[in-house]
This record gives sequence, structure tokens and C-alpha cells, in this order.
Amino acid sequence: MLSRVAQRIYWMARYLERAENTARMVNVNAHLLLDLPKKLPLGWAPLTEIIGNTELFAEIYPEANERNVVRFLIADTRNPGSLLNSLASARENARTIRDIIPREGWEVINAVYLDTGAALPAGLAQKRRFGFLSSVMGDIEQLNGLFASTMLHDVGYSFLRMGCNLERADMTSRIVDVRSESLFLEGSEDLIPFEHIQWMSVLQSLSAYQSYVQKVQGPVRRRAAVRFLLQDPDFPRAFLHCSEQVKSCLQSLPNNEGPVRFVNRISRIRRARPDEMEAKQLHDYIDRLQLNLARLDSLIAKTYFAYQ
Amino acid sequence: MPIRWTNYKVSGFYDELIRSTSRTRDWARPLCRFFSSLKDQELIDRKTAAELAIRSMGITFTVYSEEEGGSIDRTWPFDIIPRVIKKTEWDRIERGLKQRVQALNLFIDDLYHNQEIIKEGILPAELISDSENFREQCVGVTPPGGIWAHICGSDLVRDKDGTVYVLEDNLRVPSGVSYMLENRAVMKRIFPELFEHYSIEPVDDYPTQLHECLASMSPRKQPFPEIVVLTPGIYNSAYFEHSYLAQQMGAELVEGTDLLVDDDDCVYMRTVQGLARVDVIYRRIDDLFLDPEAFQSDSMLGVPGLMRAWTKGNVALVNAPGAGVADDKVIYAFVPKAIKYYLNEEPLIPNVPTYLCVDKKQRDYVLANLDKLVVKAANESGGYGMLVGPQASQAERRRFARLIRKNPRNYIAQPLLTLSTTPTLVDSHAEPRHLDLRPFILSGKKTYVTTGGLTRVALKKGSTVVNSSQGGGSKDTWIIDTEAS
Repeated sequence: MLSRVAQRIYWMARYLERAENTARMVNVNAHLLLDLPKKLPLGWAPLTEIIGNTELFAEIYPEANERNVVRFLIADTRNPGSLLNSLASARENARTIRDIIPREGWEVINAVYLDTGAALPAGLAQKRRFGFLSSVMGDIEQLNGLFASTMLHDVGYSFLRMGCNLERADMTSRIVDVRSESLFLEGSEDLIPFEHIQWMSVLQSLSAYQSYVQKVQGPVRRRAAVRFLLQDPDFPRAFLHCSEQVKSCLQSLPNNEGPVRFVNRISRIRRARPDEMEAKQLHDYIDRLQLNLARLDSLIAKTYFAYQ
Repeated sequence: MPIRWTNYKVSGFYDELIRSTSRTRDWARPLCRFFSSLKDQELIDRKTAAELAIRSMGITFTVYSEEEGGSIDRTWPFDIIPRVIKKTEWDRIERGLKQRVQALNLFIDDLYHNQEIIKEGILPAELISDSENFREQCVGVTPPGGIWAHICGSDLVRDKDGTVYVLEDNLRVPSGVSYMLENRAVMKRIFPELFEHYSIEPVDDYPTQLHECLASMSPRKQPFPEIVVLTPGIYNSAYFEHSYLAQQMGAELVEGTDLLVDDDDCVYMRTVQGLARVDVIYRRIDDLFLDPEAFQSDSMLGVPGLMRAWTKGNVALVNAPGAGVADDKVIYAFVPKAIKYYLNEEPLIPNVPTYLCVDKKQRDYVLANLDKLVVKAANESGGYGMLVGPQASQAERRRFARLIRKNPRNYIAQPLLTLSTTPTLVDSHAEPRHLDLRPFILSGKKTYVTTGGLTRVALKKGSTVVNSSQGGGSKDTWIIDTEAS
């Protein structure tokens, strides 16, 4: 497979995953806020933090209210990580590898981008938003299904899965990071019941609630949730699961010694105890996880995409 | 109101489906009956369904627009009423195209070797020495089988008396064949019942034929030669087609940066496994951008050393560099003579009468009759650099007169043909619109002609410019075997 093609498959998968994650995050946050008392400081600001674009947001918008944050995350083309931009980048990458991905896959990517563009900004209106974002997520899930069921499961598919899983690991770690930081803020005693609701929403924002309940078979608690999201080997969006997926992809590729060794380092998370960490400690720990993901990304690029 | 053929006026033109007002041609009768049986809403629904299919299939072409900020993808304008040609007529055309391309390949090969046709006094030497498309770098090279123009797209038009002419040959990187295939795919989705009742020749084997043609050119004799399609990238107007054909053939779609020529003068592509040898390059990049070592040194699209690899016979380039020497519009005028000279045959499909401005007598005639003629620049395509005399303003005609005097070698003129028309859907009725046809001819170990080709239609009333960049659309083209149905 051409290096350039592998690289574009990889980025297409990353952007699609990013778009889906962004859509889900907005929907879940909206639902969460409806259940919380107004005096809780949460609101919409943490979402800009999760995608790591707080500074850009502050430059463009005066206030982190619902309307502004949602617009920024979904429709604002000035935000490189907005849903619309992610879909555009996914499509741009897909466009150049149309001879590789299944034809129906290209049709769906093309349609979801065009439809999303056409649905905005009306789709941002509170009463329509849920349905609009759900349909975007549905389309992307459909794409994942299409790729799995119609693409050759060869080298190209390995790059697709690597892109998808790296992006997932990244998003999961960001959400755990920002959410545990804001949730560590000690509220007054009467806010404790809401901590559970908040962690439920954290799980929901990663489509993890149902799996969590099945697996943990107990109430939603911070420590168990952190453990589940970072260290569960079977939940598809858990950090450890994602890094193991990347490893299995790498094992099917040539020249994989360096990258596999590095993933093994990342997978050491299985022996860590993030659930016992204090706020600052956990934050630093997740910072290192993210740094390692970035290093893995450049190692993959150097090994397989460098055109030298 | 639905389509009423009694309201369809045929006058002064040859119409492809309607013989004279309210009398359909025999082979088009069931088709015309079918369309007039559709109610307004049904027509509109089918048209909408076709547009949706085109949009969701992502059939696009790229146009460059300053206002809209660079390159943009437009969906392909498509008309749902097919254009129909009777098989017996098509068989004649097919023979004529094979004859023409065979002669063109002999002609190009001669021009890069002994130039017998010039020595015989048939072609003036200065037309070649002044030609922008003659490549010194190709002199003395013999590509496999002596074939230079493996893929040729010849534009055919029909005049008011029904005669079919070759308007031009495209021997460099002719495009459009993917739209021919996609138009058929759309029609089969939208009008399945028509295909059940009509005996329509299929077009789908083109990618297989193309693959076979490319594989037969491989310098290494092995069962699965490595074939790639070389594209300038996604901003090229025909990128959709490059990608489509690569996909259909299962070939790699590569850009210049994916390839390199190593010290052994062989071509390799960069893959995740390392370097892999390439045997055949179906290049969709113009000659001058192919190799910065041999041509334009600032080209970012090409591959340094590619010409070296080609002249050593280590890789096949399709079409061969320099093949464009014969699609110059001035050289075009000599093709009938070339057919006689190389094949000792009469041309089966005539040329449009052509005046060469380089010849003083013919130039004077052209300058005196600019209001009746179509003037074309020798090396332009896509409908650019063209004057349609009868429709042009006085100022435009004066501008072209200046251009012709300044550089006569670069211009030819032809009488304005009254291009044939065909019923085209406008709102929910049919109106005549002008059209042409671009069949594609493959020359490898054997010669193959597409079944029909790409029908391009000028969607603007009265217009004869069919290029998609200038308001043209397209139609499915049916070759119908009336004996079989």
C-alpha cells in the first residue's frame, strides 16, 4: 500500500471518530445540565477545555454560554476541531483514497458532510439539536460498520483501525482528565448526589454507561468509573482497550518493532492505579498518557508515512 | 404539461431521436413513447432521483473559480433522456475510429523517426518544427508495439444532413470516460424498466479493456504487472475520473511524490512495505509536467528521471510522451491524408473542412469570413481560445483577427456546423439541444472502441458549447440493436 494512501486512511478514520465524539459530547452535556441545579459551576466551558481549544474560543466569543460553545464545537469553521471541520477533513482525506475505501463508504461520508453543512445553523436550535447530532453519530457508526464489513481487512484496514483507536484513546483520556478536574472541585455537602449524575454523564459521553453497569454491577462511583474508562480491557473506548487494538494492528504491519515496543509501554497503564490518585496527580498522569499518544502518532508517521 | 412530441419542433437541424415534428425515428420510438407516458410529477421525480443519485455517488468535476475561493466540486449536470444511435450506424463509426487511430499511431511513430510523410511532401516540415507538442526528447524512441496514443478520445459531431464528422482527436490525456460509465449506472438505477424492454449494448467492460491494454504494455513479462494511475492530485478537474478508473481497475492511484526513479533507471513507488517496482504508468499529467529533469524544471507534479526510465524501456508511459503532436488542430487537417498515406485506405469518417491560417490564401479567406467561421487555437481545449464567428461581437472578431495575424500557425478555422440536436428535459417538457459524442479508442495488443461514448450536450438554448466547464451537461448514450429487440 502507498504510504500516502495509508496516511490518508489513518487521518480519515481519526477525523470521523473526532466528529462522532464531538457530537456525542455536546448531546450528553446538554442532558446533564438539565438535571443539575443552576448553582453548580459546570456549564459549557469544560467542553472547550476537553477539545483543548479554550484560548481560541475566548478569542472569538465573549462568553462560554450554551449557544456560543455549541456553535464553536459544531459549526464554527474557525475552530479546526469543530464537527463541521472534522467532517470536511474526513471527506477531504476520503476523496483522495476513493479507489481504496468502499464506494458506499465514500457516498456516506460525502452525504454526511453535505447534509451537515446544509442542516446548519438550523440544526443548532435547542429543539432540533439532539436529533441532528444523533443522526450524524448514526451515520458515522454506519460507516464504521461499512468499513468493517466491506473493506479488505488488510494493511489499509489496519491503518483505519489505528486511526480510530488512537483518536478514541485520546478523547477518553481528555474527558476523564477535564471531568475529574471539575468534579474534584469540592461542592457543598448537598451537591454530593449530583456527583453521581455527573459521572453517569461522563460515562454516557463515551457511550460507556450500559457497559459499565454490566461490567461493574454496582452504582456509578468516581473511582470505579475512572478505572473502567482507563483500564477496562474489553470496553471499546477504554484507553487500555484502544492501545491494545493499536498493538494488534501494528502486529500485522511490516517494520513494526519500534512502534510495538512503544505501545507496550503505553499499555503499562494496566498496572497503574489512577483511581487512587489525587486530582493533581491524576492530571499529570493523564498528561503523560496524552504525550505518549502524540509520540506514538509521530512514530507511526515516521515508520510508515515518511516519503523518503 | 408532460412531454408532447407534437410540440417538439425540428427545423434546420438533424435531430437524433425525432425525424420531423411528431415523427420519431424508428429505433427511438419505444423510448419516446415511454417518456411521453410519464406524467409531470413522475418526470420530475425521476429527474430528482437522478440528481440525488449523482450527488450521493459523488460524481463531480472540479472548476476553478476566483470568487468562490479556488477549486470547487460541482456535481455533474445530467439529462435523463438518453441519446440513441442505431447499432448498424455505430458499427460503421467504430470501424472508422479504429482506422483513424491506427493511422494516427503510425503517423506519430513516423514523426519521431524517419519523417517519411514529410519527405514525401505530404506534410510541410515547418508544421512539425513549429509544433508546441513535438517533443525533441522523444525522437528515436520506440515504445512497445510502436504505439504512442494508447487512449484516444475523438470528438464526433453530426451536421444537418446527418453526416458524422470527426471534430478533433484528443491524444494527450483525454477525459470523460468515467462519466460515460457513471451516466449508465445512474440510468440503470432510475429507469430499470427501460433496460428490461430495450436491447441496449452494455458499456461496463471499459475498465477491464483498459486494464488489459495497459497490462499488455508492461516491459517486464509477468502475470501481474504493477500498473498505476498518475494524477496531478485532487485539484485537477478530472480527479474524479482518475480515482474512479484506478478503483475500477484495482490499480494504485499515485501522485508524483509517490514515485521515484532509482539509480537503476527503474520506477518505484513508496509503500508502507518499502519501495515497489512500477511497470506501467497511466499518466493523467501533461507531458511538460511529467519529469522536471526533462521538461519544466519547476514542476512539482512529476517524477524526476521518468523520461530516462521510459527511453530505456524500463517503464511504459500511457499515453506516450509526445503523442500530442498529432492532436494539434493544424495537424488535424492532415489526418485524412495520413490515413491514405499509411493505410492506403479512404477515411471512413470525414474531417470537418478546415482552413489553415498558416497558409496565406486560406488565411485571407478566414479573415474575410470571420462572421461565418469558427476559429480555434491549435493547442487549446475545453472550449477555450475559440471564436464562434456568427455569434461573436464585432469586438471579439477584431480581437481574433489580430491574434490570427500575429501567430497564424496557431489558428485554424472551420465552417460553423449546425450540430445535431436531441430532446432534452427542460422543466417537464422536451426541447432540442445541441450535442456531440466522444468515443474512446484503446490501442494495445488489440484495438477496442467504447460502445458509444460520452454524449455531451449544451444545456443552454441555442448554444453549441458542450464543455462541462461552460454550461454543458451529458446524457447516457445507447447503442441499440434493432434486430435483436
